[in-house]
Order: sequence, then structure tokens, then C-alpha cells
Amino acid sequence: MFALSRRKLLAAGAAFGLAATSIAPAFAQDGEGKDKVKAAFVYVGPVGDFGWTYAHDQARKCLEKNLGDKVETSYVENVAEGPDAERVIRQLAQDGNDIVFTTSFGFMNPTIKVAKQFPNVKFEHATGYTTGGNDNMGLYNSKFYQGRAVLGTIAAMMSKTGKAGYVASFPIPEVVMGINAFELAAKKVNPDFKTQVVWVNSWYDPAKEADATKALLSQGADVITQHTDSPAPLQAAEEAGAIAFGQAWNMESFAPNAHMTAIVDQWCPYYTKRVQALLDGTWKADNVWLGMAEGEVEMAPFNDKMPADVKAAAQKIVDETKAGTYEVFTGPIKDQSGEVKIPEGEKIPDEDLLKMDWYVEGVQS
Amino acid sequence: MSLDLLVAILMTIAGAATPLLIAGLGELVVEKSGVLNLGVEGMMLIGAVTGFAVATTTGFPVLGAFAAMVAAALASAIFAVLVLTLMANQVATGLALTIFGTGVSALIGAPFVGITTPTLGTIFPDWLTSTPLLRLVFGHSPLVYLGLLLTLGVWWFLNRSRAGLILRAVGESDTAAHAIGYPVLKVRYLAILFGGAMAGLAGSYYSLVLTPMWAERLTAGRGWIAIALVVFASWRPGRMLAGAYLFGLVITMELQAKAAGFNMFAPEFLAALPYIATIAVLAIISAAKRGSANAPACLGKSFRATA
Repeated sequence: MFALSRRKLLAAGAAFGLAATSIAPAFAQDGEGKDKVKAAFVYVGPVGDFGWTYAHDQARKCLEKNLGDKVETSYVENVAEGPDAERVIRQLAQDGNDIVFTTSFGFMNPTIKVAKQFPNVKFEHATGYTTGGNDNMGLYNSKFYQGRAVLGTIAAMMSKTGKAGYVASFPIPEVVMGINAFELAAKKVNPDFKTQVVWVNSWYDPAKEADATKALLSQGADVITQHTDSPAPLQAAEEAGAIAFGQAWNMESFAPNAHMTAIVDQWCPYYTKRVQALLDGTWKADNVWLGMAEGEVEMAPFNDKMPADVKAAAQKIVDETKAGTYEVFTGPIKDQSGEVKIPEGEKIPDEDLLKMDWYVEGVQS
Repeated sequence: MSLDLLVAILMTIAGAATPLLIAGLGELVVEKSGVLNLGVEGMMLIGAVTGFAVATTTGFPVLGAFAAMVAAALASAIFAVLVLTLMANQVATGLALTIFGTGVSALIGAPFVGITTPTLGTIFPDWLTSTPLLRLVFGHSPLVYLGLLLTLGVWWFLNRSRAGLILRAVGESDTAAHAIGYPVLKVRYLAILFGGAMAGLAGSYYSLVLTPMWAERLTAGRGWIAIALVVFASWRPGRMLAGAYLFGLVITMELQAKAAGFNMFAPEFLAALPYIATIAVLAIISAAKRGSANAPACLGKSFRATA
């Protein structure tokens, strides 16, 4: 047994040496581009969640369509955030992928670790804030909060109780920012508008999301919005006759009456651009945060049940956001204690938004 | 607290408890016969996806619930052949059943992602659900009442019927039961099939009642809670009922407290509370001298007929 395993070990060592010498010239040609790119995607949920992961997978398919036989993609779904993710990412890097997209906040540290070990492979992490100094790792994210401002406006104009229920996953900057954008936009319509947050401590747990929605509805909220990945809150809102919004994808089919609109994640333009850059040899580590103007964040068609004035107000925010004349995080902004945190006319800079850990006035959590 | 709110909370508790109760009762009977089936989560997922598929294609959710029971029972039959006839390790086979169920349900469910279904509505006429108090009695899904009836039925079967006595004998001492002529393997086959059908029914509760949709991993680990509840209940149907509703209460109160704006405790602590409660009860039961945990003596052991 020992001899066999040692022989295997020696063979593996020889193969590794060969591989190393053959990789070196290939790497030198990097600047001249590639004929074909192998791209891998790591998903936190199932591709059938019809939400966050579904949107990423639709973009992966769209990437294949756009670049044809110049790209070969694969994905791993249901990867737990934490140590297991590191194993999966390393495996994908070892399997000869040229670029690995890791699509959840909790994959950031594992991606940094693996990127250090595989300098020839490119990594792109969604929604994170640091690459840990790797120049083969990029960061990308979308300004979903721009969509949240549209939802907040609709919510405040249509609510009778002046209270929205927010089904939220984890108190990370991305989620906190969304809650604040929603409440700030709602407050512009109705200064007394309140947003009640319930944390379900999971990205995906349909039963718990539904129960949280019921709890919020029974406590007087008549608008439901969510930062979790399943359509369960929409269905619970539909049953109770409340209104709600889709998350990550158009979820109208689950709640034809309750679903007013949805924030739709369009990752395809970005994935296509980055893989094309790799083909051209122009890929560089970058940190991008794109929004409605670049077509990364879209609103699903407004429900016909929405009154005309609400539609007009919502569309106005979309148009002004695209034109760059509307920014929801513009002062004066008060925090929960009523103190002015951002003075009149001042905007919260991007880097502060990405670290946001405080709530605006009117958020109850 | 208004009456409306109280009734809404109580109804959510019943809704959260029912699938745990039904799946747990099934597993309780399986374990009483001396078999440990850790595949509850997988069977629930198979039930959830089959129930949904049949309900959407035929338009009859009741048919969906029946199909869910049949499909999950078939999955449990695979488990039964492996652990009873082929005497495979029960823990490993049960885990494999869960992994199998997760995968196969995703495969079957692929064309059903993104659509919704008619639900198993209430069975009583509208005038019986017109006020909050009437709603509390008559406004539930039929499966909530079925769960209560099943508790009574399983209790009666185990403690008052001759067949139940034989099943318990098989679980306590398979060799003795065999020696006096009882068909050990047949009893265990039937118990496993019953457990499978119950898990399937519980799974269909998610896809046909609570969240009428199909998405991968829809049950999100509830099968494991059902298995834990069997130990929590120390293999007694009455305690199973209490345990499932207690669990439903803790889950619901956690969310209600957050929705009402109480933030004395960190949300993470409240989310951990049901599991802390389980561990605490298990510790208390184990510490009690009389009867200790009451586990069937042959639980998890393979049986080979001698002579």
C-alpha cells in the first residue's frame, strides 16, 4: 500500500512540475488574452430559489448566450458561508477555471484566502468590501438601495396604517442600507411613516419568512418588503390582502394582487464585460458599484392595481436616479435617536454606505 | 393585546407546530419498532415536491396531499429494504436518504419553480370563521385537525391495541418477539412505511398550505427538528404534541416579539432559544431517574433471524 501511494505521490509531483512549467508561459501571455475562458460560479442558495441565486444563474446563462463557445461555465449551489466555501472555491480554482465568481457576502474571506494561493486565477466577489490586497481579486456590487427608494415611495403612498413590515436576513451593511433607503424615501411622502424590521437570521427559510410576515401584519403593518430570498413573504401578504414587493427577481406569479413591483438584479452585463476583458487580456482587479444608470438594477413592471399618481411618483424616482439627479441618501438625515447625522444637502459617501451600521429615524428594529 | 392579535398569534403557532407534529409522530412509531430513520428531511422534501406537482397539474390539493404520502412512503421503502433486508447501517442509510431526497426533489421540482398552486383551504363554511374566536376553532387548515387526531390515534395504537403492543415488543426485544413467533421484519417494514407517509404529509403542508410554492430545500431543516422532538417527547405521543406546540410557540413568539419592537435580547439569542429549550429538556429527562429517556432498547440495531 505504501509503495503504491508513494509512487502515486511521485507521479503527482512530476505532473505538478510539468504543469508548473507549462503554466508559466501561458501566464506570460495573459496580457494577450485567451481563446476560451472557463468561468465558475459559487452560489449560497439553490438555483431554484427564484430570488438572489436564481438571478445570478440567469446571468450565467445569459453570459453563455452572449459569448457562445468562447466561454464555458459551471456552478456550485447551496454552498454554506464559512469554511466549507473555502474548500469549494479552492476546488474550482484547482479544476482549471480562469475566473471564479463568488456571489454572497459571507464568501469574502474564503475568496481572499484562495486568491492568495492561486495568483493565476481571477476571482470576483459580490457585495464584499475588501480584497485583502490581492490584485487577482475584484469586487462588484449593485446599488440595490436605489430600488429600495422606489419601493419606499410606493409603500408610503399606498399604506393606510403608515407602517411597513421589513423581513430582513442579517444586520450587515448591505441590508441596513436597504432598510434606511426604504424608510428615507417613505418619509419624504409621509413624515410619520414607520418601518418595523424583523430579523429571521437566514437568507432562505420560507416557513420562517412566512411566519415573520404574519407577525408583522398582525402588528399593524399593511405593506411588506423583504431582504430574504424566497417568495414566501409575498404569498403571506397576498393571503392577508396587503401589498408587497418582489426580491431580486419579478415574483409577480406568486402574488398577482400583492406584488406591486420588484427590484430585479441584472448581473448579465457585468459578467459578460468581465469575461470579455479576460478574453481580450484587459482584465484588471476592480471595485465597482453600479446601479440603475448602468442597467444593473431594474424595476419589474408596475402592477396595474397601483394608482396612476403612485406609478408616476415611482417612475419619477427611477428616471431621476438614472439621470443622476436623485440620491436617497442626501441630508438632512436623522438617526434613530433623532440627532442629525448627515447635514442638509450633504450626501453619504459610497465608502460610508458600504460600512453602514446605524438606522435612520423611523426604523424600528 | 387585542383579541384579533391573540387569535392571529395562536393560529400561527398551530401552523408552525403541525408539520413537526405529523412528521414527529411518524418517526416516533418507526423508532418504537426499533428502527432509527434519519431520512425524515429527505422524505419531507419528496412529499413537498410531489404534493405540489400533483396539486398544480390536477388542480386538486387533496390529491396532492395523498400523492405526497405515497411518494414519501415509496422513498421510505427503499430505506426499509436497505436496513431490514440488506441490514445496512441505519444511521448512514438514513443520512443517505436525506441527501437523496434533497437531490431528487430538486430534480422533480425543476419545472415547478416560479408558479403557485391552489391551497388546502379551510374545511368549514365561511359563517363559522366570521369572528376571531370562531376562527380560532374552525379556521385552520384541515391538516391541523388531522395532526391532533393522529396524536390520539397513535397513542391509542401504541398503548391500547394488540398490534401496538407487538410493535413495542419488537422495538424492545426483537429476539424475544421473534422467538414467540412475531414477524419482526414485517412489523418494521410497516412502521417505516407509516413513518414515510407521515413525513410526506408533513412535507406537503409546506408546499400546499404554509408557503404554496415549490423551491429547493423548501422545508429548510424542519425534518431534523421533528427527529429531535421524538427524543424531546421521550417516545410518548402526548409529549410529542406538547413538544411540537411548544416549539411552534417559541418560534412564533420570537418573531412576534421582534415585530412588536422588543429588543431586550439580541435576535441571535431569540433564534437560538428553541434549540436551547430542546437541550434543557433533554438534560432534565436524562437526569430524571425513573425510566430515564425511555428509548426503545433495540433502537438502531439490525435484526437477523436466528433459526
